[in-house]
Amino acid sequence: MKAKNIRNIIDIKDLSVLEIDNLIKVANDIIDNREKYSHVCDGKILATLFFEPSTRTRLSFESAMLRLGGKVLGFSEASSSSTSKGETLSDTVCVVSGYADIIAMRHPKEGAPMVASKKSIVPIINAGDGGHYHPTQTLTDLLTISRKKGRLDNLTIGVCGDLKFGRTIHSLITAMIRYPNIKFILISPDELKLPEYIITEVLKKNNIEYVETNNIEEYMDELDILYMTRVQKERFFSEEEYIRLKDYYILDKDKLRNAKKDLCILHPLPRVNEIHIDVDDDPRACYFEQAYNGVYIRMALILMLLEVEV
Amino acid sequence: MNIDTIKNGYVIDHITAGNAIKIYKLLNLGNLDCTVALITNVKSKKTKRKDLLKIGKLIDIDLDKIAYIDPQVTINVVKDDKIIEKKYVKLPEKLINVCVCNNPRCITSIERGLDQVFQLVNTEKKSYRCEYCESILEHDKFVI
Repeated sequence: MKAKNIRNIIDIKDLSVLEIDNLIKVANDIIDNREKYSHVCDGKILATLFFEPSTRTRLSFESAMLRLGGKVLGFSEASSSSTSKGETLSDTVCVVSGYADIIAMRHPKEGAPMVASKKSIVPIINAGDGGHYHPTQTLTDLLTISRKKGRLDNLTIGVCGDLKFGRTIHSLITAMIRYPNIKFILISPDELKLPEYIITEVLKKNNIEYVETNNIEEYMDELDILYMTRVQKERFFSEEEYIRLKDYYILDKDKLRNAKKDLCILHPLPRVNEIHIDVDDDPRACYFEQAYNGVYIRMALILMLLEVEV
Repeated sequence: MNIDTIKNGYVIDHITAGNAIKIYKLLNLGNLDCTVALITNVKSKKTKRKDLLKIGKLIDIDLDKIAYIDPQVTINVVKDDKIIEKKYVKLPEKLINVCVCNNPRCITSIERGLDQVFQLVNTEKKSYRCEYCESILEHDKFVI
């Protein structure tokens, strides 16, 4: 079977600004009118193919489909799929796309969703591929920023932590540059700086203002958004290197003393030590609300890809 | 030194000194059943030194592979002892199965039967980007 002319979301760039604005509008409507959407996907099936463990993303996709009235099937790690028997990703996707109406997949290898999209006869949503892209996390981030700040333009955004392997950061930067007057403060240790191709082809190419620093407090007073990330153990080949860098940044109340009163602190979660639990009570901590929003924006995305009219 | 002229085949000229062996390997010329002459460090007016390749048969050659290694070469097509065409190449926009992606996290590192596809991103640096993981490949590295 060959892929038909179907819509896939591999990268946030697969969505236009207009489409993202519309997804945010639908997500907000879902938040306000849950009952209206509770049966719009009756009879539809979402397959969650998670070749790499994930709690939040997988459960939020499943919650999204269940809340739309649809059903869910899939697996949560490669060892419980035919991959463990040596099946190629292409074959797995070719088969599963006959069992479901839409597929959300996570894979540790970068570019895996693109390979899947070439074989699938139903839409593929990239739920994270290695250190590459994670477009639905970005949609979640955009919905949260939009709800908290009331806009997606004129923002100074600090991104902090693992900027090298942090796929959420890569997708967020790619998405935000399409809005006017966005400035980035890139906060990371030298070893985990933003990849050169993103600096060159995304920031410089689009004349986006940015600063690189390894000091989290240096630009704190300028930030509208502070996006913290975890140093991900699974991205390192060396345990020693991971241990050396994992607690490089720990955001606590003291570091926030010069921050704006309406700063919005985000984190894709799970958190380890990079945000001290004392910050959780701060009204500027928005990361749990961000996680809740993930379900609603994924509901909106599923509706769009399945072309469901409400 | 005398190298026989060829009746039918190719003379790949103006190869940057040192690159002929790379082209020889990439085109698998060692497997041909015809005469192949690899001549290195030939005196050149333009570049002082150059390499030459002579292939004694009109085989199908992958110009993209040659262009990737050395876009400044001239390929002379010889038929019945005469040069009937001079081909000039340029750095290809797309490379398919010429190089392998060196990112251990790329899907191409585990998925069987997948073409290795790269897009040209910087003509000056001759760098390419993997179509799958978007890693940048430095020129002349990881040739298949």
